[in-house]
Amino acid sequence: MENFDLLMQIYVFVLAIFVGFELITKVPPTLHTPLMSGSNAISGITIVGALLSAGLEEFSVSTILGLIAIIFATINVIGGFLVTDRMLKMFKKK
Amino acid sequence: MEIISYLIYLVSSVLFIFGIKKLGSPKTARQGNMLASLGMFLAVVVTLLDHRVLTYEYIILGLIVGSAIGAVMAVKVQMTGMPQMVGLLNGFGGGASTLVALAEYYKELTHGLTFEMSTIITIILSILIGSITFTGSLIAFGKLQGIVTGKVVKYPGQNAINVILILAVIAAGIYIVMNPYNTELLLAVTAVSLVMGVLLVLPIGGADMPVAVSLLNSYSGIAASATGFVLSNNMLIIAGALVGASGIILTLIMCRGMNRSLMNVLLGGWDSAGSTAGAGAGTSPKGDVKSVDAEEAAMMFDSAQNVVIIPGYGMAVAQAQHAVRDLTNVLEKKGINVRFAIHPVAGRMPGHMNVLLAEAQVSYDKLFALEDINDDFNNVDIAFIVGANDVVNPAARHDQSSPIYGMPILNADYSKTVIINKRSMNAGYAGIDNELFFYPNALMYFGDAKDAITKLVNEIKQL
Repeated sequence: MENFDLLMQIYVFVLAIFVGFELITKVPPTLHTPLMSGSNAISGITIVGALLSAGLEEFSVSTILGLIAIIFATINVIGGFLVTDRMLKMFKKK
Repeated sequence: MEIISYLIYLVSSVLFIFGIKKLGSPKTARQGNMLASLGMFLAVVVTLLDHRVLTYEYIILGLIVGSAIGAVMAVKVQMTGMPQMVGLLNGFGGGASTLVALAEYYKELTHGLTFEMSTIITIILSILIGSITFTGSLIAFGKLQGIVTGKVVKYPGQNAINVILILAVIAAGIYIVMNPYNTELLLAVTAVSLVMGVLLVLPIGGADMPVAVSLLNSYSGIAASATGFVLSNNMLIIAGALVGASGIILTLIMCRGMNRSLMNVLLGGWDSAGSTAGAGAGTSPKGDVKSVDAEEAAMMFDSAQNVVIIPGYGMAVAQAQHAVRDLTNVLEKKGINVRFAIHPVAGRMPGHMNVLLAEAQVSYDKLFALEDINDDFNNVDIAFIVGANDVVNPAARHDQSSPIYGMPILNADYSKTVIINKRSMNAGYAGIDNELFFYPNALMYFGDAKDAITKLVNEIKQL
């Protein structure tokens, strides 16, 4: 039932889009930059796929692609979360 | 064990959702970011324990290199350089999606597995979206950093080339789905997708970057979702969809801020802005421009009660946010009410001005969005414009021939006096003269924003 799995994934995708819309329409303009950099870090979740490729037992093209993918995704994740935190630390109300 | 892994992936997904929810208020935003990073940490740990991960040398190497680069970037970047930073990070996310999809392809190829149709379709989509995000973001970064021209780039046959490339990718994609072992063709699709990313962003002018960066942000999320489809991993699908939705909403907000439709943006119809052709359009305002020096301006501020500061990209370029903060403080000490009016597309990314002012320790409750302050300009004594131009041009209200006609603007001209800080009389991004400068209640205060405002602050202090 491989097609059924795909169907379920499409369900999850569509529902998650709606959750995203609901959450983000409520974010005030003041926070749009941190929202962007923070959500950007979340998109680095591709790191999961990169780890699975780089961790293969035998060395292959996939391992190399996986390694570069890990570097890319990690820059995205670490850079994104850290810079978001740096920005949010500055948002103060006197 | 597998069930536990998937349950923890579910926990990560929930943490992402809560994280974004908490990013919605300045009070909880930091906590939200922490929750999201916790979700990411859990997801990585669970994956490392996955039975399919057998060797760790490359993983450790990749994690160390990536963390080091990411951390250095995050610590070093200046707040004025934030649009470039986000642009670049978007690109890395997209690039990772392409690489993972290719890695999956080679994995199945070397194991001699028969490709399921859904797998190969999602691999192609992941490569396509990831590659466009990657090179598109690099170009956006280059434009924001000043490496690539910030002007609108046009060349003959532009639309035809884009259409041909899209059709070629679709045709090649269908062929690969039927003949999955055609590696060369898949690599060709990757190459064409990379070129498409360049062509998508290259024509976009500098001041349209808020739309481009938001759109690429959305693409990076959708690319992550596509990777989730490749790996049949719901967590990736959910995380990517959240980011995709976020980017789309910001894109729409930016489009509304410039009175452009999303379709107009998606199809690359950025014609009106930044082109020199715009200079001839619209009726050029005529008349005398009055200017003031620091001393006169200081006296006007001294006798005001209500001041609204309107920052634009010029403030970022001049790094004048700290000087603006000093001005705010000195005025408030005199009992003058100071607020900020922020146009949605001021700066080079959504919320750019807010971050700069936060860096300068301006309290965020003094910052007002267009719709929250626009009706109040009649009661404002001085509207002080720092490095903004098109977003206060009244031609957008009445001049149907103006390229920015219909764009929502800040009603600075309704206030009793408008003081405009600008380096010269040069036209704004849209290439048109600003009739506001010729209004009877408008005064030009020429000079580099940082120097001019510092001088103004010193004059006010002496009063």
